[in-house]
Amino acid sequence: MGKVAYYPGCALEGSGGPYDKSTRVLVKALGLDMETISDYNCCGAMEVKNIHPMLQTYLSSRVMALASQEMGYDAVMAPCNGCYHNLKKAEYETATSEKAMQTVQDLARKADDPVYQGDVRTLHLLEWLMEDLGIEGIKQKMKKSLNGIKIANYYGCMYTRPRQIFPEKDQGEGSESSYKPHFMDDLLGAAGAVNIDFPLKTACCGGAHTLSDSDTSTQLVLNIIQAAEDAGAEVIATECPTCHSGLEMHQIRAETEFGIKSSVKVIYFTQLLGLALGLSPRKLGVHENISDSIGLLKEKGIV
Amino acid sequence: MAIHEKSLIEPERLLNHETLVVDGVDVSGSWNTMITPRTLRDYDDDFEEIIQKYGGGENVHRCWQCGSCTNSCTMYAQNVQFNPRYWIYLTRLGLKDEILKDKDIIWQCVSCNKCTNICPKDVRPEGVMKALAHWMQDQEITEKSPSTHFDEVFWEEIYHTGRIEDASVMMGFFKRTNQPLVQEWLMVFGQRMMKYMPVAQMIKMGLNYAITPRTKSWGKTGEVLKAYVEEQKEVAHG
Repeated sequence: MGKVAYYPGCALEGSGGPYDKSTRVLVKALGLDMETISDYNCCGAMEVKNIHPMLQTYLSSRVMALASQEMGYDAVMAPCNGCYHNLKKAEYETATSEKAMQTVQDLARKADDPVYQGDVRTLHLLEWLMEDLGIEGIKQKMKKSLNGIKIANYYGCMYTRPRQIFPEKDQGEGSESSYKPHFMDDLLGAAGAVNIDFPLKTACCGGAHTLSDSDTSTQLVLNIIQAAEDAGAEVIATECPTCHSGLEMHQIRAETEFGIKSSVKVIYFTQLLGLALGLSPRKLGVHENISDSIGLLKEKGIV
Repeated sequence: MAIHEKSLIEPERLLNHETLVVDGVDVSGSWNTMITPRTLRDYDDDFEEIIQKYGGGENVHRCWQCGSCTNSCTMYAQNVQFNPRYWIYLTRLGLKDEILKDKDIIWQCVSCNKCTNICPKDVRPEGVMKALAHWMQDQEITEKSPSTHFDEVFWEEIYHTGRIEDASVMMGFFKRTNQPLVQEWLMVFGQRMMKYMPVAQMIKMGLNYAITPRTKSWGKTGEVLKAYVEEQKEVAHG
C-alpha cells in the first residue's frame, strides 16, 4: 500500500483525542507512513443521512476526492468506524449507481470542490496494519508482552455492517470477516494478551442515541460490559471513538444514576498495541482515557 | 400465528364468556374465547408509495416477511413492541392507524444495521424505520423526536463550517430540547476527562468549542447541499 492519506475525522479531533495520539505514534513506531488530510470535512457521521442520504454520500466522497485529487493518494485510512463505514458506503453507492455518481460529481462542480472519480480505496487502521505488515511484521517490532491480560475485543456495528459495502471482507483465509471479525484479536493475541471468548463483539452500543435516548444506550452498554466481565475480561479493547466514548460515558451513567458498578477498563487497541511496542503510556495517551486503567496495567507489569 | 393477525387479538376485540352455547351446543370451557370479526376499510392504497419517497424507504416493496429483521433487531431485544417486520407489513398494506399505535417508539431505531445486513431481499429495514419516523413528523402526528433534533443540530454545524465539534453539538442539542446544560453524569464524565488531560489538549478543545474548526475549502459547499436537499424534498413530497 505504501503511504496512505490519514483521515482522522471530527471525533479524533475532540473526544477521541487519545485515539488520534496513539494512532500517530503507533504508525510511526511501526515504520509506516501517512499524511493527514489537513482540510477535511465531516463524513456525515450517523446523523446527516437522516436529513438526506445524499448528504452523507457527498460529504464522504468529498473527503476521498480531497485525498486523490488534491494530494494524489489512492488509499484513505480512517481509524474511526463511523468515518470508515461512511466512506465505504459512499464508495459502494457511487460504484453501484450511475445516478449516485453523477449526482456526486454534479454537486462537486457546483460547489467548486474536487470531483470524486471513484479511484480511492478506504481502509480501517486495523486493515492497513494487517495488509501492510501483517502479524509477523508487527510481531518483529514488539518489545514487550501484554502478559496475559484478558481482553474482550469489541468491534461495534459500523466496522462490520452491512457486509455489502465491504468487498474485501469475507474473502477467505487472511481476510477480515464481517460476521466474526478477528483482526484485533489476532494483533493483541500476538502481543501476548489472552483474547476471551466474548459473545457481543459486534453488538450495538447505542452510539446513535447516546444523548437522545440515554436509557437505551446505557442498557446496551451495560449488556456489553457485563457480558465481557462475565466472560472474565479485564479490558474491553476498542477501535472506534464513538464506541469508546459511549462505553465510558454510559459506564459512568450506570454508576452515577443507577448504582451499577463495573470494573472492566476500556482501552483503544492502538494503546494496547503501542504498549507492546514499548511506547510509553503517556505518549499513547492512556492517562487521557476516562477509564482509568493505569492501576491494572501496572498490576499486570505492562507499564 | 401469522403476524397480520396481531391486530385482531387486541383486548377490546376478545370476548370471554363464563359459559357459551353456540347453536344449541355448550362450548363452555376451552372454547369460551371468541374474537370479534372485522372488515378492514381503513387502509391507504398510496401509503407504500409515500414511504418509498422518503430516504431509506425506497425498497420497502421488496419485503417478503421472512422476519430476519425483527429476529436480529437490537431494539426488539429491549422491547418486543419494537417490530420492524410488523411495521413493514402494515406499510405495505397501508394500515396507517395500526402503525400509529407505535408512533412513540419507531424513532428509537439505533441504526446498528443488523436488519439491513441480514435482509435477504435488500429491503434496508433500518431506512424504512427512519422513513416512517420522518413521515410522522412531517404529518405532525408526532413531535420532532430528540434524535431528529440531534440530527438537525449536527447538520447545521456541518452546513456552516464543514465540520462538527463535540461539545458545541452537545450543548446545541440540550438547548434545543430544553434540557439542563449541566447533567450530573456528564459532569462526572467531564471531571474524569479533565483529570489527566494535557494542558495543550485542553486548550485545543476549549478553542475548538469557542471557534468551531472550519474546513477552509468549504466555500459554498454547504449552500449547494442545502439547495439540493430542498429541491429533492420538493420533488418527493411537494
